[in-house]
Amino acid sequence: MKKIIRLLTVMLLLLSVLAGCNKPNGEEEKGTVATDGSTSMSKVIGALGEAFEAETGITVTYNATGSGAGIAAVLEGRCDIGLASRGLKQEEKDKGLVGTVLAYDGIAIIVHPENPVSDLDLETIAKIYTGEITNWKEVGGDDAEIVVIGREAGSGTRDGFEDITKTKEKCVYRQELTSTGDVITTVGSNSAAIGYASLASVKESVKALTVGGVKATEANIQNGSYVVQRPFVLVTKKDVKLSDSAQKFFDYMTSEKARDIISGTGVVPAN
Amino acid sequence: MRKNKIFEDIVHAIFLLLGLITVGCVVIITVYLIISGIPAIKEIGLINFLFGKEWASTAADPKFGILPFILTSIYGTAGAIVIGVPVGFFTAVYLSKIANSKVRAIMESAVNLLAGIPSVVYGLVGMLILVPAIRKTFNVPDGSGLLAAIVVLAIMILPNIIKVSITSLDAVPIEYEDASYALGASPIETFFKVSVPAAKSGIAAAVVLGVGRAIGEAMAVMMVAGNVANMPSLFQSVRFLTTAVASEMAYSSPGSLQRNALFSIALVLYMFIMLINAALNFFLKRDKEK
Repeated sequence: MKKIIRLLTVMLLLLSVLAGCNKPNGEEEKGTVATDGSTSMSKVIGALGEAFEAETGITVTYNATGSGAGIAAVLEGRCDIGLASRGLKQEEKDKGLVGTVLAYDGIAIIVHPENPVSDLDLETIAKIYTGEITNWKEVGGDDAEIVVIGREAGSGTRDGFEDITKTKEKCVYRQELTSTGDVITTVGSNSAAIGYASLASVKESVKALTVGGVKATEANIQNGSYVVQRPFVLVTKKDVKLSDSAQKFFDYMTSEKARDIISGTGVVPAN
Repeated sequence: MRKNKIFEDIVHAIFLLLGLITVGCVVIITVYLIISGIPAIKEIGLINFLFGKEWASTAADPKFGILPFILTSIYGTAGAIVIGVPVGFFTAVYLSKIANSKVRAIMESAVNLLAGIPSVVYGLVGMLILVPAIRKTFNVPDGSGLLAAIVVLAIMILPNIIKVSITSLDAVPIEYEDASYALGASPIETFFKVSVPAAKSGIAAAVVLGVGRAIGEAMAVMMVAGNVANMPSLFQSVRFLTTAVASEMAYSSPGSLQRNALFSIALVLYMFIMLINAALNFFLKRDKEK
């Protein structure tokens, strides 16, 4: 008898725990916001969407299709907000699209701290990555073969870097690493290495090069003088009003509150 | 009496169910891998896929040739075996036959510890110590590549080889060795002419197990091999079958040919592992029949 009572108590306890998990799941459906576009923006939109959902209960969906596809989706009304990791072209603006810059993706070009080279221009960087320049002495450094470090195919940083330097599919890498941290560690331990990493994650163990004489800082990225950068743009239609929840998300992303979340993902907030 | 029988039946059923979980997992994984691995192979073509020399999965004109990965995996594993097996084998002979019990206890616990080190730690140490060391020793611009991966893999398979070899060497009946001594053979002659041949199939199984571990390792290799899809050469950055899947999975979009091709690579890897398992079974069975 005692045993049965004990068993029952345990079962009751278990049930109450399970019931606790089963909390009322969002009072009501509050609508969703559909975003579509740049794969590079997945991190920032993911973080913003999560925070926004926690605050308002509105779900944000994100379709990683690429900047061009995202812009097309807005144009055809298949999503609320399009995401592009490049500025809008004139013909796209002519079709009635408006771009709002959410953030800037600044990419630092990093070398070993003991490397005497501290400045390269964009063209030289492109030449190094495509294998046209293979020795540091050609750009004023020591006589050592340049070890070109990059990221794996599909990485947003790689996509951004190759986009900006116009080296898409032409880069000759010595190593393709799978995280920013690995790139920094590797560059920090090899005096002949060059790599790229998002600006926010650059540490003391490596030296960020100036590009064309301009230092990679948040201010220089915002005013556009540091060229290894690209904008993250929210694309909307000029004459079509956003749905209430989409407007809320849009305001949230451009608000003061979102700044920390945006910079937390490694990019520079625009406002 | 009847009550007892029912109890037996229930326990029997529960154990059967638990056993089926394992079988079920294997079946699910196999079926899933085949279903998701076949489409890309169909689209790319088996010959192009297996023997294509170029891999450029995100290019505008994508290429999906995995010959560099297959060769790298084979070379890397072979290299690890060439270094790891002699070291492991002689260590096992020493520990099983020559070392006194104190030395054996200490060294065996070291071997066990080596087996328990997570692969990411091997990778980290390899990345921070081995790669710069290779760069300096061989005076190459970058130390990461096939050689670094081979060394890391060789160390990683040591515990497998040592432990299984020791077990089979210990199992050699003492009478064999006594007989050999009685005939006037020296201890070393006895070990290598009597004990080792008697434990032969166990040692072979140990080697196969090492091959299995080496070919399936991803994390440690990813951190030291450089991961560029080159044809394998000792100081070049290379990509293994495992790292090819692991490094691109995160960013490949579901349903794309790239993602499907990664599943196909996993399927190829799985086939290799099946072959290795078949070899292992063969050696163990031969052991039993004797």
